Amino acid sequence: MLDSYLPILTLIIIALGFSVAVIVLSRLVGENKPSAVKLAPYECGMPPVGSAHEQFSIKFYIIAMLFIVFDIEVVFMYPWAVMFKRLGLFGFMEMGVFILILLVGYAYVWKKGALEWE
Amino acid sequence: MTPEMLSLSNSPGLFVGIMLVKILVVFGVTMLIVAYATWCERKVIGHMQTRLGPMRTGWHGLLQPIADGIKLFFKEDLIPSESTKVPFLLAPMMILVPALITVAVIPFGPDISVGGFLIPQQITDLNIGVLYILAFAGLGIYGIVLAGWASNSKYSLLGGVRASAQMISYELAAGVSIIAIFMLSETLSLREIVFLQQQDLWGVCSFVPNWYVFTQPLAFCLFIITGLAEINRTPFDMPEAESELVSGFCTEYSSMKYALFFMAEYANMIVIAAIAATLFLGGWSAPLNIGIFTMIPGFVWLLLKIFSMMFFFMWLRATFPRVRYDQLMRLGWKVLLPLALANVVITGLVVVIF
Repeated sequence: MLDSYLPILTLIIIALGFSVAVIVLSRLVGENKPSAVKLAPYECGMPPVGSAHEQFSIKFYIIAMLFIVFDIEVVFMYPWAVMFKRLGLFGFMEMGVFILILLVGYAYVWKKGALEWE
Repeated sequence: MTPEMLSLSNSPGLFVGIMLVKILVVFGVTMLIVAYATWCERKVIGHMQTRLGPMRTGWHGLLQPIADGIKLFFKEDLIPSESTKVPFLLAPMMILVPALITVAVIPFGPDISVGGFLIPQQITDLNIGVLYILAFAGLGIYGIVLAGWASNSKYSLLGGVRASAQMISYELAAGVSIIAIFMLSETLSLREIVFLQQQDLWGVCSFVPNWYVFTQPLAFCLFIITGLAEINRTPFDMPEAESELVSGFCTEYSSMKYALFFMAEYANMIVIAAIAATLFLGGWSAPLNIGIFTMIPGFVWLLLKIFSMMFFFMWLRATFPRVRYDQLMRLGWKVLLPLALANVVITGLVVVIF
């Protein structure tokens, strides 16, 4: 267990250390003369109008919810795919039923227009 | 005696030493490719548009990445006054780190034996290697959304929202498309997947290896398209979209923080190219099982495959215009996902019948 994950931990530490180091170093050696105009959010040269942290309608929220449902179904397919040849015809029929149920839901949301973008 | 696999229990000192060497070499090579990929992309696109690309710094602009790096390093590091400071600082790291650590499971050669131990040429051989890649590839998106939100700029916010819309449209098809590979390989370990691809093609053709691109061409195409969408490359570079959103999610970033976004984009490109090469194009194995080809070390073949994939991505950038948003989501949900599911079912049928 540790054999496989120790290298990943080390790599995470190295990658994180690298990104922190370059940011800190460039902060130290780089120019630093902030002014109010320089620190204002960019809006093509105009004075910024309002804040970006306002209520904002996300049109694709239904797709986002569908994504979660479908993504979980996909995760179920991974262990099945690895065992597929050993499960043989029975495993194939099982997954066929599973995919069929998935497709019924998929056809339903398609028909309902949840995948349309306006 | 047959050599044993080197592990933490039978020789801790050697294990840690070799692990550090492997990590530093892979990290260094990745950063070098990232640096020169930027130069290469400007050159390739330049020549495709009958321009020369960078020419001034060094021979044919070879020192350009170094000049760019030094320039960005000494630039002023601006943190906009209206931004949310901590997420603003964290976002560039949250994009770069997942991109860099995904290379850990890419094998780059056969096992070598040193001092009676077998050492795999791979940072670590996870038995769930592919799940690891998918998990960390999915993490990268948080950095983009966070960068877009924390900047408190309208362009950045739109870039972040677009990135999340893109992720939920393409990750599904990407995940389903490679399932067909595991139905054939019966393993999620990339090392074993490469070994399986060295066998004869369909057990008959003795000098052509059994690369999965021959058995799964549709999965390969789907994976490349969804991979491009995942790493926000043209024609799916909606989150950046420099002609509409200034620079998208990284509009407010400057200096080295911007450079980290830039590096992450190319690191992601390397990762997608490496995964495609490993899963579909035989990884480090030679394209033909002929003596002279198999004598060339594995990492040369792997790098060659990665570079050709990356050249292909640059070529796509020079060829295709950006797709529109509704087209992008329709393609992901209504075309790629059904195709990927059909591919799984057809693969299953073929395997069950034969």
